[in-house]
Amino acid sequence: MSSQRTQTGYNFAYLDEQTKRMIRRALLKAVAIPGYQVPFGSREMPLPYGWGTGGIQVTASILGRDDVLKVIDQGSDDTTNAVNIRRFFERTAGVATTERTEDATIIQTRHRIPEKPLSEDQIMVYQVPLPEPMGRLEPQEVVTRKLHALADYGLMHVKLYEDIARYGHIASTYDYPVLVNGRYLMAPSPIPKFDNPKLHMSPALQLFGAGREKRVYAIPPYTRVESLDFEDHPFSVQRWDDPCALCGATDSFLDEVVLDDAGGRMFVCSDSDYCKTRQAAGHTGSQSPVPATQEEAA
Amino acid sequence: MSPLLRVKGISKRYGEHIGCADVSFELHAGEVLAVVGESGSGKSTLLQLLSTRIASDTGSIEYQVTGRGLVDLAHLSEAEQRWLLRTDWGYVEQNPRDGLRMNVSAGANVGERLMAVGARHYGEIRNTATDWLQRVELDAARIDELPTGFSGGMQQRLQIARNLVTRPRLVFMDEPTAGLDVSVQARLLDLLRELVTDLGLAAVIVTHDLAVARLLAHRLLVMRQGRVVETGLTDQVLDDPQHPYTQLLVASVLQV
Amino acid sequence: MYVAVKGGENAILNSHELLATARRGDAGIPEITPLQIREQLRLAVARVMSEGSLYDEDLAALALKQAAGDQIEAIFLLRAYRTTLPRFGYSVPVDTSRMALQRRISAAFKDLPGGQVLGPTYDYTQRLLDFSLVEMQPAPIPPLAAEPLPDSMPRVTDLLGHEGLMEAELPAHGDPAPADLSREPLSFPADRATRLQNLARGDEGFLLAMGYSTQRGYANSHPFAGEIRMGDVALEIIPEELGFAVCIGEITLTECQMINQFAGSRTVPPQFTRGYGLAFGEAERKAMAMALVDRSLRASELGEEMKSPAQQQEFVLSHSDNVEASGFVQHLKLPHYVDFQSELELLRKMRAKRAKVGAGETALEETV
Repeated sequence: MSSQRTQTGYNFAYLDEQTKRMIRRALLKAVAIPGYQVPFGSREMPLPYGWGTGGIQVTASILGRDDVLKVIDQGSDDTTNAVNIRRFFERTAGVATTERTEDATIIQTRHRIPEKPLSEDQIMVYQVPLPEPMGRLEPQEVVTRKLHALADYGLMHVKLYEDIARYGHIASTYDYPVLVNGRYLMAPSPIPKFDNPKLHMSPALQLFGAGREKRVYAIPPYTRVESLDFEDHPFSVQRWDDPCALCGATDSFLDEVVLDDAGGRMFVCSDSDYCKTRQAAGHTGSQSPVPATQEEAA
Repeated sequence: MSPLLRVKGISKRYGEHIGCADVSFELHAGEVLAVVGESGSGKSTLLQLLSTRIASDTGSIEYQVTGRGLVDLAHLSEAEQRWLLRTDWGYVEQNPRDGLRMNVSAGANVGERLMAVGARHYGEIRNTATDWLQRVELDAARIDELPTGFSGGMQQRLQIARNLVTRPRLVFMDEPTAGLDVSVQARLLDLLRELVTDLGLAAVIVTHDLAVARLLAHRLLVMRQGRVVETGLTDQVLDDPQHPYTQLLVASVLQV
Repeated sequence: MYVAVKGGENAILNSHELLATARRGDAGIPEITPLQIREQLRLAVARVMSEGSLYDEDLAALALKQAAGDQIEAIFLLRAYRTTLPRFGYSVPVDTSRMALQRRISAAFKDLPGGQVLGPTYDYTQRLLDFSLVEMQPAPIPPLAAEPLPDSMPRVTDLLGHEGLMEAELPAHGDPAPADLSREPLSFPADRATRLQNLARGDEGFLLAMGYSTQRGYANSHPFAGEIRMGDVALEIIPEELGFAVCIGEITLTECQMINQFAGSRTVPPQFTRGYGLAFGEAERKAMAMALVDRSLRASELGEEMKSPAQQQEFVLSHSDNVEASGFVQHLKLPHYVDFQSELELLRKMRAKRAKVGAGETALEETV
C-alpha cells in the first residue's frame, strides 16, 4: 500500500501518540495480570461501538510501519466489516495488509481464531463486545469486580450445572468462559468454543479490546487457558459429520451455506484463507469447482 | 472449653436511634440461642452484626476459626469473612426468596456452596444435593425444578438445605418460620430440631415467637429497645421470668 | 457450484455513492446549506452540540447535513471529530447567575426578583400547523421589551439558600478535579460530578423516559421546577502566562434546577434538595429531564429507599449514551455466522436427542 493514499490531517493509525501510549500502558498491565480486565480511556472512534472500536484502538496503538495486518470477521477476510476495518488502516496508516495468516504480524479478528497455527512473531487482537464473563448472571460491575478480586467463581459453575441439569450438557457454544493462568475468569470474546483450545499455550501474544465497555485484557504467550467444565462433563468442541465441501478439510470450523429453499445446504470452511490455501495445494471437496478445461468441454 | 462465639459489648447506633447496645454473650458448639423481643427491639440488628453483614461501632465478636482459635472477626480479611459465610456458617433468611436463587433449579441452589468451594464433579454435586433434598423432606424428583414453583414451606426447607450442605458449625436464622401457615410451621420446627441435634449445630435464632424459642433453644436472650434485659436457660426464663418486660411477653402469650 | 460472496470493498464504495445521492434528494430542489441549518434548525443544532459534547454550531449544522437530519448519526460524527481535537486548557466554571437571560421562569414562586421572563418558547403555541410557513415569509420583527432586563438575576435556589431551606451545593471534599469521561472510563460508584457529566452527554429521549418514570411512582421525587433559565454566559479561561481570567467568547446554555423535598436524616434537618440539569443551547426538555434523573440518582447518598430503575446508577449511566447504544444495537447487523452456526449445531443435537428419547418412550409403551 503506498503512503500517498493515506488520509491526510490525521496521525499515523488515526490515534494521537499520547492516546496510543495510554493504551499501551493499559496493555502492559493486562499482560502482567493475564485475564484481568484493565479499564482504559477508550476513545470515540469513527466506527460505531460494537463494530470493533476496542480492537481497532488496540491495533492502532501497537501498529508500526513495518507491520503486516490481517483483518478477519467470522474467519473471513472479505466480509464487509473486515474489509471496512482493513480499509481504515490502509487509509490512516498505509501499512501492508495480507489475507495470508502466516504473513501477518498483527491479526485483528472478530469471532474466530485462524486455523493455521500462530507463531511467536504474531499478535492476535480480538474485538470484544462484552468483556465480563459473569455479566449475564450478575449485571452489577461493583459486584463482579469483587468476585474477580476474591476469585469467587462459583456463580459461573452454577450456570454450567444448570445447563447440564436442563439439557444434559453445557449449552454455551461461543464466548465459552475460560480460566486464565489458573486465576482470572475471562470471556474469550464470541469465538466458537471450537477455537478455545487454540487460546491455550499459544505462542502468539493475544490482546482483547472492548471499546464500548472500555476494557482491555490479555493472554501472554504460552499461558495456560482452561475452559470451565466438570470432571464428569469435560469440555468438548463441535464436530461436523461432513468435511468442507470446497477443500475437504475435516479439522476446521465449518459455516453452513443454504443452497436452495428445499433444504439443500453445504458446509465450507469459515476460515477463508485456510480453505484457499488447501484448495491451492490441490485438496478438493464435494462441491469443488470443476477445472476450467473440463468446464469448457462440457 | 472455649466458646464457639464470644460477643463482647457490641453496639450499633443509627444517629439518634439505637440499633442495639452493649450486647455480650457466649455460644458453645452445638448450643442453640434464641433472641426474642418484639419488632424494633434490635434483635435483627444483632443478627446482622454477628454475621458481619454490618460492622459494630464498639466491642468485639470472636469466632473459633478451625485451626486458629478464637479470632476477632473484624481482623479477618473480606475474603476470609466470605469463606466463613459460605462454608462454616449458614444464614437462613426470613423470606426464602432472599436466600435462594429463584432463577436456577433446586439442585443448583443446594449445589452452589459446594461449587463455590471447589466441587467440580457434576454427578457428586447432584448426589449430595439429592441427599440434602431428602433430608429436608423435599421430593428428590423435583431437583431440576425452579423454586418459584415451590410452596413457601418448601422454599424455606430448600433454603435450609442450601445452607447446611457444607456442614456449617454455626447457623443464623432470622424468623425462619414467620411467613408460614401454622401447620407448616410445626413441621418445619420439628425438622429444624432434628437437624440441629443430628448435626450438632450451633445456632442463633431470632424470633418474636416464644413457642419457637421454647421448642428449639437451649438458652434465651430477651431484648428490648436495643438492650438485653434478661438471659438464661429457656425453660427457666419462660417459666419464671424476672424482668417485667419478659413477664409481659410471657403473659401475652396464652399457652407456651 | 458454490461461489463465496466477494467484493465487499466494491459494495461499500457503491453504498457510499447511493447514500450521497439519497442525501441530496431531488436535484431540482436547491441544496440546503449548513448556514441555513444553523440559523433555522437551531434546536436540532443544540441537541447535536449537547450530546456531541462540542459547542460548535457550524460543525453541528454540517454534521446534521451530512447525516441527512439523523440526530444520533450527527452526534456520532461530532463525537468522532471531537476526540481528535487537542486540549488547550480548561475553562473557569461558568457562572449562570451572570447569564444574559433570554428566558427565565420559576414554577415555585409567582413573582420573584427579576420577574418571570417567558422568552421564545413553544409552551403556549397551541400546536396548530401554520400553513403560512409553506411559503416564504418576510422576516418577523421581534417585540421590544418595555425596559431592558437586568444584567444578572439571582437564582431561585440561591434565594432559598439564604434561608437555609435549600441544601448548600458544596464541592466534594478536597475539591477534586472532575473526571473527564471522554478520557477516562466510567467506574462505579460514580461521584456526582461524573454522573452529571454522563447525563449532560446522555440521550435526551432516554433521560426523558427515566425522568418521567420518577414522576409516575418509580422513585418518589416530588419535584418542583425551581428555576429554568436560558441565555448567554461568558466563557473564561486563565492563561498560565497571564494569571487572570480572560473571556474567550459566549455560549448559550439552558439550566434547570429542580427542587425536591427531603425528609431529613439523622444528621441533617428536613430541607429542599436539588436536581441539576445543564445543556448547550436551547434545550429545556433535556435540562429538565436531566435534573430529575440527577436527583433520583442521589437516592443512595440521601439514604432514600432504592428500588426503581432511575435510582440505579449502574443502570442509568451505563445506558444513557446514544452513540454507545446505537452502535451496539446496530452491531447486530454484522455477521454472526459463526455464533449462529454454533447455536444451530447445538439445537440440532438437542432435538436429535429428544427425538431419540421420545422414540424410546413410544417403543416402551408399545411393548407394555
